[in-house]
Order: sequence, then C-alpha cells, then structure tokens
Amino acid sequence: MNQLLFLLEKEFRQVFRNPAILRSVLVMPFIQLLVFPFAANYEVKNVLLSIVDHDHSSYSKKFISKITSTGYFKLTDYSPSYNKAMEAIESDKADLIIEIPPGFEKELVKENKSKMLLAVNAVNGTKANLGGAYAVNIIRDFNQEIQVEWMTFPSFNAIPAIEITSSNWYNPTMNYKDFMVPGILVTLLTMIGTFLSALNIVQEKEIGTIEQINVSPIAKSTFILGKLIPFWIMGLVTLTIGLLVSRFFYQIVSIGNIGLIYLFAMVFLLALLGVGLLISTFAETQTQATFVGFFVMMIFMLLGGLYTSIDSMPEWAKWITKINPVAYFIEVMRMIVLKGSGFAAIKYHLLSVLGLAVVFNSWAIWNYRKRS
Amino acid sequence: MNAVTVAHIVKKYGSKKAPVHALDDISLDVSKGELFGVIGPDGAGKTSLFRILTTLLLADSGDATVDGFDVVKQYKAIRNRVGYMPGKFSLYQDLSVEENLRFFATIFNTSIAANYELIKDIYIQIEPFKDRRAGKLSGGMKQKLALCCALIHRPSVLFLDEPTTGVDAVSRKEFWEMLKALKQQGISILVSTPYMDEAALCDRVALMQSGKIMSIDSPRNIIKKFTKTMWSVRSAEMYRLLNDLQQYSNTEKCYAFGEFHHLVLKNNGVERDEIMSYLQYLSHREIELQVALPNIEDCFIELMSSTGK
Repeated sequence: MNQLLFLLEKEFRQVFRNPAILRSVLVMPFIQLLVFPFAANYEVKNVLLSIVDHDHSSYSKKFISKITSTGYFKLTDYSPSYNKAMEAIESDKADLIIEIPPGFEKELVKENKSKMLLAVNAVNGTKANLGGAYAVNIIRDFNQEIQVEWMTFPSFNAIPAIEITSSNWYNPTMNYKDFMVPGILVTLLTMIGTFLSALNIVQEKEIGTIEQINVSPIAKSTFILGKLIPFWIMGLVTLTIGLLVSRFFYQIVSIGNIGLIYLFAMVFLLALLGVGLLISTFAETQTQATFVGFFVMMIFMLLGGLYTSIDSMPEWAKWITKINPVAYFIEVMRMIVLKGSGFAAIKYHLLSVLGLAVVFNSWAIWNYRKRS
Repeated sequence: MNAVTVAHIVKKYGSKKAPVHALDDISLDVSKGELFGVIGPDGAGKTSLFRILTTLLLADSGDATVDGFDVVKQYKAIRNRVGYMPGKFSLYQDLSVEENLRFFATIFNTSIAANYELIKDIYIQIEPFKDRRAGKLSGGMKQKLALCCALIHRPSVLFLDEPTTGVDAVSRKEFWEMLKALKQQGISILVSTPYMDEAALCDRVALMQSGKIMSIDSPRNIIKKFTKTMWSVRSAEMYRLLNDLQQYSNTEKCYAFGEFHHLVLKNNGVERDEIMSYLQYLSHREIELQVALPNIEDCFIELMSSTGK
C-alpha cells in the first residue's frame, strides 16, 4: 500500500513537471470542444446552384426566388444551356443544376403538370444527398403553393392530401451541437486513456528504468496500478472540464444524472487504460506505440458511432462495434445527456464495457513480463 | 556457499537455423565477498550473463544460483537481495537526486534512512545537489547516484554491467575505489568491463570472448601463465616497424600497444642482438627494444589467438 502511494506520488510529480501532458489534459478539451463542433457539421449550407431557365416565365421566376431565399442554396451560375451549366459543375462553380424546360408555365397551366430536371454533382456524397433532398423538398413545396393558389378558384375536386408533420424528440430543434459535443467528449477521454498510458509505460522501457523496476521485488500488480490510477484520475479531470465547457459554452445541460456519466466514465476509462497498457506491452519504443495507438484509435472512432450511425453499418462492422468501448460510451453519453436515461437503460452498456475492461486488462497483465 | 554459481549456461539468440551463441556453456563461481570481473570486448556475452543472473532473462539450458537461490525457481528471493546496475543505467531525468533515490528505496520496500550507512560515503559527494534534477547532473555524478540507487536496499550481491563505460578517467578511478570500499562491507560484486586495465583491480577475473570463457583466475595468475618473453619495441617509423616485425621469421605475433609494439617470439631463446640486427638491417633508426612485463591485455590477446584457432 505504502509502495503504491509512493508510486502515485512519483507519477504525479512527473506529470506536473511535464508541460506537454498537463497541456493535453487541461487545454486539449477546451480547444477540441470549442473548435470541433463548429467544423464537424452535417448541415449542408451554401450548395452552389446553377439554373438553366428556358422558360423565363413568372412561375419560373417565382420558383427561382423561392429556392434562393431558403438559405441553403447560393445561385452562382445562370446558364443559357444545360451544357454550359455542366461546365460550371466541372469547374466547381456549381454543385447542382436545375433546368426549367421551355413552356414550363404553359404546360403547368394547361396540362396541370410540368417537368423539371435536377442534376447533382455527387463527388461529395453527403452534399449531393442533402442538397438534392432539399431541392426536392422545395420543389414539392412550390407545387403545393401553386395548388393552393388555384384552389382559391372554386373547384370541385380539391385534392385531398395527407400532410406530414414531424417533431424531433429529445433534440427538438435538431441542434447539431447537442448531438456532437457529448460524442467529442468521449473521443477526448479515449485519447487520454489510450495514448497517455501507453506512451508512459513505453517511455520507461525506452529510458531503461523498467529494467531496474523488473529486478526489484515490487509486485507486477502494484506497478501496473501505480501506472493506471494517475491516468484514470486525469481522464476524470478532463471529463469534468469537458462537461463544464459544454454546460457554459453550449448550454448543454444533461437531462439525465451527471453521476451516471461519471460512473460510466470510470468503467470506460478502465477499459481504455487496459488497451493502452496492452499496446505498451507489445511496443518497444514510443514511435511504435504511437503508430499502433493511432491504428486502434481510428477503429474506435470510425466504428464508434460519432460520425456515422452504427445502425447503417454492415453486419460485420456492427460486430466490431460490440467490442468497441467507445461505441458504448458515445451512445450512453447521448442517452443520458439528451434523453435523460436512467441506470436501467444503460445497464447493458455498463456491463459490456466492464467486461471489455476485464478482458483488456487481464490480457495486458498476462502479457507484461518482468523477465524475457 | 558461493555468492554466484553458474553451471553450463547456454543462451542462443536469433533463428533456430542460424543461432548466435551469446553464451556457450559458461561455468563459473564467485565466492562471498569477492570482487569478480567479467572482462571481454563488446558482444562477448557479458550483458546476457548478467541479465540471466538478475532473473531478467531465461537461459536456454544450464543452472545458476545467486546467493544460494536458483535464478529460475527462486527468482523472487533473488530480486530482494541483488543490486543491478545495467550498462544503460537510467534514472528518472525529471526527478531530483533525492526523489530518484527514494523511488528506488521504495520499490525495494525500504527507506533511505534504513541503509544510509552503506551509501553514505558515496552519497555524501552528491548530497549538495540532492534537489537537482537527475537529468542535469554530470556523467560522473549520475553514475554515483546510479550506484547509490543500486545499493539502497543493501544487496548481498551487486551486479554492475559496464559501469565505467563512457566515464572519464578520474571518475573511473574513483569508482573502483568505491567498489573496494563496498567489498569491505561484505558485498559480493560482479563487474563487467571492456577495459583490460580494470581487470587488475579485481580479485579474480573471467576473460570472455564470443560467449565462451577463456580463463578464470586472479589477474596475477593469469599473467603468470604467460610464459613467453615479451618485448616492447619502438623506432622512428612505427608503421613500417610493425609490418617488418610481422614479417620476421621468429615472430609469433606483434601488435601495436600504446607507444610501443609488443612482440612475442616463437621461442624464448632468441637474443636481443638478433632482433636488433634484423631491424638494423632494415635500416630502422632510433630503435628501443626491451623485455616488457605482460599485462592482462597481452594475456587476452594470447588467449584469443590460441582458442580462436
């Protein structure tokens, strides 16, 4: 016990003398949380629009003013022909072409229907998808407006229509930041848990002090605990800073119990420290540890559900997310913060991460040898 | 009971098809309270031997005991009673002198106060700098601190792997003085070094080469075994002299040794005049030629050529 206390004292002394670690624990959460949520944004704005209007009628003008007034589209090109508009797409001046055929208004009035061409540059998939969807929505809206306009003339066959209205539960204003910030907080904890612990132990290998520790009678478990506890505490400090930033900067107030977030974070950090420890038992140098660490981080992040929904992943990828502690925590974080889930709802997640923590740590301890 | 016994230790590295024998059937004994030197060039296997004895490395075959405990079965007991200073002894650069010492005391379950007597003479020299970070110490002071750290738990056997490599001549001399003082305290010491001149300071030495021990004896006895007459020669043209002497029909071997060349002849009967006339015939000037006393290095070179063949 005495030994362990001293190891902790030594570890903290070193941390406080190492400005790089202090910075990453204290400053990184600020920077990441203040910058990242604004940049990592799914909302597609400023879709560059090219219009080819062959009709030049009042309806086509009305449509153009409608679509440009939404704020999603920016009219950057007004071409006389479809081919010219294509050139604008090729030179990246436009993302989307809407072609209004000649006689658009005439047909609409006479035949009660008309056609329009929508072409999207799909190099950037997200932008194409969302931009296209917005445009279709606007066209549908426009369509309805015209119908309403005509219905003011008395008519017998008013078209009965089902109107769809939707409401967004748990995040009513669809605030993107409410959704991202808790997730980013998890990635921060992941980095601290995995990298700092792995690099710290490998550093002892690199400078050679581990040799002296290995010839000493100190128990393997004491040594490892002495290494893990400091980073566990640092992770919780980072979490606290992160929660404060999201409270005071983004006004995200957790609906659920904050204590539950901490409980989960404690178990989660245990699992990640296990991963870090495991990496350190395989790596001989800090460079090796960094590379392996990055590889593991990429998997954790991309298959963690932060950027892309796990539900839309292929079956095999879903299985990988089952052994990814990050995926559990991101989900739980959102459940607690946005939905106010209680212990019963996250019980399964907590047990899974606890299981992973046991597996990673036992593997690491088994793999850590005091002799070769 | 011996402080260290080593019996037929073999350690191979590399692939099974082309193994490199780091240690090839090594046997030796070190008595209690002895200052034992393991002398050999880089790659002789010194570090592998020390790592096996300090329970950091498993031998492929053979047995070894330290302080009466088996290095494989009773490694835990050994870890309580050996001090090990690896060739690359490392201190925590960002901890102070005192913090480093306290750290090593703690992991050995002891305190600085408990064994202060043992390290006092050494520690007193670095005590004025005890609040300085270890990274800011000079090489000689680092080495003293390292020795203190290896001694802080009062080990009964001390392993020092090339402790004087990369240390200046004055510090080296001081270091050997410290070892002698430790010997007085009853600590058995195994020290490895590539410096032949340090061999003479040990009670007994093992001369190692390519994983084999060529000879184990006291430095004096090793020199005694060198029965051939050895001449030291110099002249105005040292390089031509070396070539000419190596061409000489009576020469067994001749090699550069400091300011002189050391010359060993095939039979001891050859007279000084004979060599002189040979050299004069080759018009060497300022010839100095005298019988020299062999030292450990000469013995090492002699052993290397006789076992190497």
